[in-house]
Amino acid sequence: MTGFLQNTFNGLVSGAFYALLALGLAVIFGMLRVVNFAHGAFYMLGAFGAYVLLTEAGVPFWAALVIMPVGLALLGMALERAFVHRLTRLDPLYNFLLTFGLTLILQDLVKLRYGVQSSPYETPSALNGSVDFGLFDFPTYRVFILGFAVAVCVGVWWVLTRTRVGMVVRACTERPELTRAFGIDVGRWVTPVFGFGIGLAGLAGVLAAPMRAVNPLMGADLIIVVFAVVVIGGLGSIFGSVAAGFGIGLVQAWGEAYLSDFPIISQTIVFIVMAVVLLWRPAGLFGREEAPA
Amino acid sequence: MRRTVGVTAASAAMVVLVAGCGGGGPQSGGDGKLTGGSIVLGVLNDQSGAYSELSGRNSVKAVEMAIADFKAKYGDKAIAEDITVETADHQNKPDVASSKAQEMYDRKSVDIILDVPTSSAALKVADVAKEKKKLYFNIGAATTDLTGKSCNKYTFHYAYDTYMLANGTGKTTTEQVGKNWYILYPNYAFGQDMEKSFSTAITAAGGKVVGSDGAPFPNTSGDFSTFLLKAPTLNPKPDVLGTMQAGAELVNVVKQYNEFKLREKGVGLAVGLMFITDIHSLTPAALAGTTYTDAWYWNFDQQNRAFADRFQSETGTRPSFAHAANYSAATQYLEAVQAAGTDDADTVVKGLEGKEVDDVFLRNGKIRAEDHRVIHDAYLAQVKPQSEVAEPWDYVKVLKTIPAAEAFRAPSPDCKL
Repeated sequence: MTGFLQNTFNGLVSGAFYALLALGLAVIFGMLRVVNFAHGAFYMLGAFGAYVLLTEAGVPFWAALVIMPVGLALLGMALERAFVHRLTRLDPLYNFLLTFGLTLILQDLVKLRYGVQSSPYETPSALNGSVDFGLFDFPTYRVFILGFAVAVCVGVWWVLTRTRVGMVVRACTERPELTRAFGIDVGRWVTPVFGFGIGLAGLAGVLAAPMRAVNPLMGADLIIVVFAVVVIGGLGSIFGSVAAGFGIGLVQAWGEAYLSDFPIISQTIVFIVMAVVLLWRPAGLFGREEAPA
Repeated sequence: MRRTVGVTAASAAMVVLVAGCGGGGPQSGGDGKLTGGSIVLGVLNDQSGAYSELSGRNSVKAVEMAIADFKAKYGDKAIAEDITVETADHQNKPDVASSKAQEMYDRKSVDIILDVPTSSAALKVADVAKEKKKLYFNIGAATTDLTGKSCNKYTFHYAYDTYMLANGTGKTTTEQVGKNWYILYPNYAFGQDMEKSFSTAITAAGGKVVGSDGAPFPNTSGDFSTFLLKAPTLNPKPDVLGTMQAGAELVNVVKQYNEFKLREKGVGLAVGLMFITDIHSLTPAALAGTTYTDAWYWNFDQQNRAFADRFQSETGTRPSFAHAANYSAATQYLEAVQAAGTDDADTVVKGLEGKEVDDVFLRNGKIRAEDHRVIHDAYLAQVKPQSEVAEPWDYVKVLKTIPAAEAFRAPSPDCKL
């Protein structure tokens, strides 16, 4: 029982990263119809930024947790204005190539300066201990990540469903043409939403720095699973991406724990789930079939 | 415009033609002992991926240092004035390694290929060396197959292998830390090979493997907590967690090992394969007390340190054992060519077989004739606590020197040269 709870907890912690990344991808896809391949690179920049801030300027984790997402959001907005924006009217493949190219450039720039060897980043001292849950104890930092990620997801959900800004963004996301017909300037919202998605990726990166290897390829490894998560949740579905994020984290953890005698299954379980979901619901668990235009 | 292009092309062709006559002709005629009148060393390794820091471009630098030292030593008496280095990136892909190796031997007139990390790539290059009848000193790869079923006349395995790592770490840790092990390995060729070697060494030393798990490779989630949580719940409780992960995955395992406070729960840590660059990534604090087997350590004695100081002035960093081994391998090859008076591969191999060598990397070294395993002293090392780290990169103390004869396995009956 204790083991099951621990594995569940761990699954949720991994899931928290998937959820934060998938949420960003989902809002970007919803608003711009752009599959942002560079999402993993921004996650990596978040972690690296935290490392650079700490070693070069002595900026602690807590400050980095604010500085990096905001800084990357601004960078994201600049990139949207400079490049992504110009290609949204063309075949989606163009933006696909653009963001893929951006990934390679960002990765290699970091590689050039810091090499491929992972860089050290310590857990902030306030979160270094462990929390006793009676049946088992758990690293404080992991508890913090889980709580923080849930808070961010709930916050985003609240903004999107309960505020006027959120209403406009949701309308722009789901029915851009119709929203435009109501006299709302959809274009004005595109850049901030892109920046916001990138900021979430940066935030996940900073959170990952103390517990994952910080190196130029850390995002490239993770992003493949995150794409599967987004597809399972339903492309563009905000709730779906978060739910699928946590769900996949759980499935992976349970798979590793209880299917360890079948490594082939436990290694590919995410994609097995994806295939099954797509057969059953081609638009993903919470996605809506595109109405014929 | 078109005319200029034509003229340029024509003159370029002329230059090549003239160079071909002037350079190649007389030299190869005058001195028939060297193919093309020069010696070309090829360094084939990972220059952009996971292993580019522990070998990569700095291995090329190490080989260049060896050439400079060789020229300084022999001056006018050196067998060749023209000794150069060719280098290529194999991206850790076996097929790329194979085609780059062919290109090096055939078109770049490379006499010997050095380094080649990543076991699967290393084995492919061994096949090429055999086919082309050209020399190959493997330094970066771990698989014992290079001196086992895939051995051949032209391939030498220079620095380390899975047997050396398991024998040193597995045996000593079982004797000194605890008998019960839990092994965590990346589920692919290298990891499986390491798991087998370690299990054998542990059992031979009177220990027991109470559990072993293959983690997904590559581990896309970056999370190993399922396995780390399982370790202390096994019955009997393991005294040691042996991790066979390498590079970034090793970093993840160790970070999470510390997060779950396994050391405090009585589960020690032993690492299968670790380079000084890994300790640098993790900081010594994260690894303090961890034991592992090292093929060479830069701050072991005065001789190593002198080399490390020179290396640092060239590259800005301290050498890993792979860098030192590349330097040594290049030196020993050049010495062998000098002694033989030719770069003819068969003659050089004959000179190398059974040779006893002592240099900055090889201590009590011997190039075994039976299987071309280069044996030498290895070291059981322990990561220092942060408080004892006196200078950057000074992360390790050597607990024990493992004599060359014990460090490596006896020649395998699978190997027929």
